[in-house]
Amino acid sequence: MAGTAQTRKVEFTWMPGGHEELMTLNVGPQHPATHGVLRIIVTLEGEQIVDAEPVVGYLHRGKEKMGEALTYHQFIVHCDRLDYLSSNLNTIAYCETVEKLAGIEVPPRCKYLRVILNELSRIASHLVYVGTGALDIGAATVFFHSWREREKIYDIFDLITGHRMNYGFARIGGLQADFSDEALAAIRAFTEEFEERVDGYEYLLTKNRIWWERNKGIGVIDPATAVNLGLSGPNLRGSGVARDLRIHEPYAAYEDFDFEIPVGTNGDCFDRYMVRIQEMRQSNRILAQALEKLPKGEIFAEDRRFVLPPKERLLTSHDHRGVYPEKAVMEELIAQFKVITDARIPPGRVYHAVEASKGELGFFIVSDGSNRAKRLRIRSPSFVNLQALAGMARGHLLSDLIAVIASLDFVLGEVDR
Amino acid sequence: MEERRARLEALTRELQEKFGERVAPMEDSRDMPGFQVASGILLAVCRFLAEEASIRFEQLTDVTAVDEFPAEPRFRLVYHLLSLSSNKRLRLQVLLGGEDPVVDSVTGVWAGADWLEREAWDMFGIRFEGHPGLKRILMPLDYTHFPLRKDFPVRGIDPGRHYRDWDRGRKA
Repeated sequence: MAGTAQTRKVEFTWMPGGHEELMTLNVGPQHPATHGVLRIIVTLEGEQIVDAEPVVGYLHRGKEKMGEALTYHQFIVHCDRLDYLSSNLNTIAYCETVEKLAGIEVPPRCKYLRVILNELSRIASHLVYVGTGALDIGAATVFFHSWREREKIYDIFDLITGHRMNYGFARIGGLQADFSDEALAAIRAFTEEFEERVDGYEYLLTKNRIWWERNKGIGVIDPATAVNLGLSGPNLRGSGVARDLRIHEPYAAYEDFDFEIPVGTNGDCFDRYMVRIQEMRQSNRILAQALEKLPKGEIFAEDRRFVLPPKERLLTSHDHRGVYPEKAVMEELIAQFKVITDARIPPGRVYHAVEASKGELGFFIVSDGSNRAKRLRIRSPSFVNLQALAGMARGHLLSDLIAVIASLDFVLGEVDR
Repeated sequence: MEERRARLEALTRELQEKFGERVAPMEDSRDMPGFQVASGILLAVCRFLAEEASIRFEQLTDVTAVDEFPAEPRFRLVYHLLSLSSNKRLRLQVLLGGEDPVVDSVTGVWAGADWLEREAWDMFGIRFEGHPGLKRILMPLDYTHFPLRKDFPVRGIDPGRHYRDWDRGRKA
């Protein structure tokens, strides 16, 4: 364990059952098993955890403050850096919030493409959980298997967006570009084989005796406490509460798809693992349906007060022969400039929440009618979920803390914002 | 839609029967029903909504504030509640003066309010009376400013200061 250990108090006793000696152990912030820069001050009695206090803020970049200083369009790229394991989910959620505030309705094709991006991101994020979660506990093989599929998803994102991370792909009222046929074919190929791959992870873990010993009955949280603590997403569903914003407050095109909410029964680390495994299968189902039903048409909304003009209409620069693009006009370039710098969103306030891979990701935007938000609040699921850590770890052994951290599946970029 | 409105009206009646004029529906809250609550009765209203009301709000989703600087009352404290049993959301708003913004903590009602209130303290300097450990959460412990206030510059107040300095200050 990294960090320093110091003895706090104490009257030493050799009596059996003497519990006076407590030790404070510092875990993190640079420990690999803390999944980023989380520091936990653990109070130990022998090897048993008496208390665990997470210390956060090492990655605080002031995203909410930046949200007040940048225009609505400029802030999109910052959303990528919240939960960087599922960037597209964040940017799409942000754009949907602004659309809700401005009263923009995006075309059906855009909604479907967003669903595809969302679900691919969710799978990528859960694959990180399965891989690193198992790696933390000592099962290194799963990591390589899950990373293989994650790599495929990143290749798909590369095809669609041109980046492997931090895509900045969503736009207010649409998406940056339509998917190419090549990308759609790659997604189709991925969905066809993915179910089998999940079987592969399950083969390595689900009935693995060591995985059971390390996860069953560890970090138990009962449904009432979970709800009271504000948990959401797979962490809440692991305790048996069937709550999924994709079903309960449908956004994008989720009401068109047929899928289930996997829930656990015991609320321990193992159930949270099972929920995520099942969710990957469900996401895959949604992907297959979305590809099948994908409507044709535009991807940008009509409202040109807030929505960017099509890329091919922008008169930017000529090619090496001095030829300008055929359809390009100067007026559209001016419009693009105006929209980016001066899209004035009508005054009001809106809270929009989506089911991100970690739980309920909410954006609360207060607009005063200018081109930048008066207040941009990011309600990140990881931040609220992390509160459950102390209660889950208490009474377990120090090595179980690592299993609990992994099963909570938080991302520090989103915790600290 | 009709049923929704009926239930909302029932909730409004319930609240107004119990708390009178100190709880008023918010006109400008269009995405979800909202109530403006007098700061003194916030805790009572929250306890009522979580434990007695016809729609139970079991979860506190978010606590945050909006700085109206230089207007007074300066802070709008916003609570977003969620009812899992009836799939409804509710917004509560409390107005607080800029001089010494203080309000009762709701950690006794929803344990999840702990970090959210700490964040509101950290960012806006709003004190939550009765909070079990109200200390900074995202900013360094010895930080003296409240960064999300409107009078705090975007680029920060002492940008040259690094982690090492505040860590030294914290240990001292």
